[in-house]
Amino acid sequence: MPEASSTYLAAGYFHTYSVVGLVAAVGVLFVAVAFGAGRLLRPVAPTHEKLLTYECGVDPVGEGWAHTQIRYYIYSFLYVIFAVDAIYLFPWATVFAAPGFGGTTLVEMFLFIGFLAVGLLYAWKKGVLEWT
Amino acid sequence: MNDVLDVALRLVAVLVAFLVLPLVIGQTEHKVMAHMQGRLGPMYAGGFHGWAQLVADGVKFAQKEDVVPAGADRRIFQLAPAVALLPYLLVLIAIPVGPHGLVGTVVDAGLFFVLAVMGVGVLGSLMAGWASANKFSLLGGLRTAAQLMAYELPMLLAASSVAMAAGTISLPGILDAFHWWWIPWQIIGGLVFFTAGLAELQRPPFDMPVADSEIIFGAYTEYTGLRFALFLLAEYAGIVVLCGLTTVLFLGGWHGPMAGSLGWLWTLLKTALLAFVVIWLRVSYPRLREDQLQKLAWTVLIPLSLAQIALTGVVKVVTS
Repeated sequence: MPEASSTYLAAGYFHTYSVVGLVAAVGVLFVAVAFGAGRLLRPVAPTHEKLLTYECGVDPVGEGWAHTQIRYYIYSFLYVIFAVDAIYLFPWATVFAAPGFGGTTLVEMFLFIGFLAVGLLYAWKKGVLEWT
Repeated sequence: MNDVLDVALRLVAVLVAFLVLPLVIGQTEHKVMAHMQGRLGPMYAGGFHGWAQLVADGVKFAQKEDVVPAGADRRIFQLAPAVALLPYLLVLIAIPVGPHGLVGTVVDAGLFFVLAVMGVGVLGSLMAGWASANKFSLLGGLRTAAQLMAYELPMLLAASSVAMAAGTISLPGILDAFHWWWIPWQIIGGLVFFTAGLAELQRPPFDMPVADSEIIFGAYTEYTGLRFALFLLAEYAGIVVLCGLTTVLFLGGWHGPMAGSLGWLWTLLKTALLAFVVIWLRVSYPRLREDQLQKLAWTVLIPLSLAQIALTGVVKVVTS
């Protein structure tokens, strides 16, 4: 009865995620109530001085935007490449040891890890993993 | 009707756990840190060893004025604490506490769901840093984002090793498949997962995004009152979630003597033990520099987690 079981699966799926949705709704409600109650409880007495950006305690110079060297972007490249790879691990992980897979998938896994490792070694050799 | 009641009960239980457990950990942190540093910690509020200190803090936070800097991006600034906090509530529903369906709800792709939702919390810090109109906040926000690059990957890889061992990505399913020898088998993955989790929570020694001696308080510098309190709550809820997940994935969750009736107690005990370790690390390690974390993640954690995957794969194929 493939049809019946898939209907059942779908029902379970929607039930699960509607509960998750309800939790999200409860969370939003909690935050809304907290902010609402906070609004009723707290004093409001703004002054010009108070509304200045605190920054480090001294009156701010210029705006919130400042020149700075962002060195993280190389990591973000690396990260995107690796993270996309890692996504494919999960579906594979659930079946790789099932009957009929075994040795072949193990070789595939070592190929996969090998690719990642070579990529990582290349980045390492190029010196992008160090700042100094 | 029974079904509705059942779901409502689970929602209430999750909300209560979400509001109580972080406070318990916070109070424990006060006392444990104090004793490790040879002082008393809070002693006055509530009478007995200052047990009501955090309640008093909450009352204080609720009465404080809510200052939004004139230069800030108002809406984003005000929403950020909620974005930082709510993912942890969502994750809590999927963490199994005991056997026989003692879990908020069984999410089939639980492991995937949990890791994906936890990643959203970082957006809260980024929004706060971006919207504050404060250079130090912006730096803090960027450091938070950079930290994501460092820990997310080792975390994913270590978690997928457990999924390989269990042959499922449902969290209760993983626990059903658990055997005691998984603990030594998956120990490297467990250490990697826990370390990466500390970096996600911005806990010492990975608290560069809020490094007070460098960038005041990072993305949270401009926050006051209730909104600041929500950020703090997010940090401690994060500890609950990280320790709970490490327990479920690597320490066997509710497995233990008399698991049938006392399973939930085992989960709580293991989680509490890990939370203690989180506090312990805060007291004993100095803060790393931002690039030292990147280096640690890419040259130690990721190779280790890849090795764990290889080990898991070989053992699993050989034994099955």
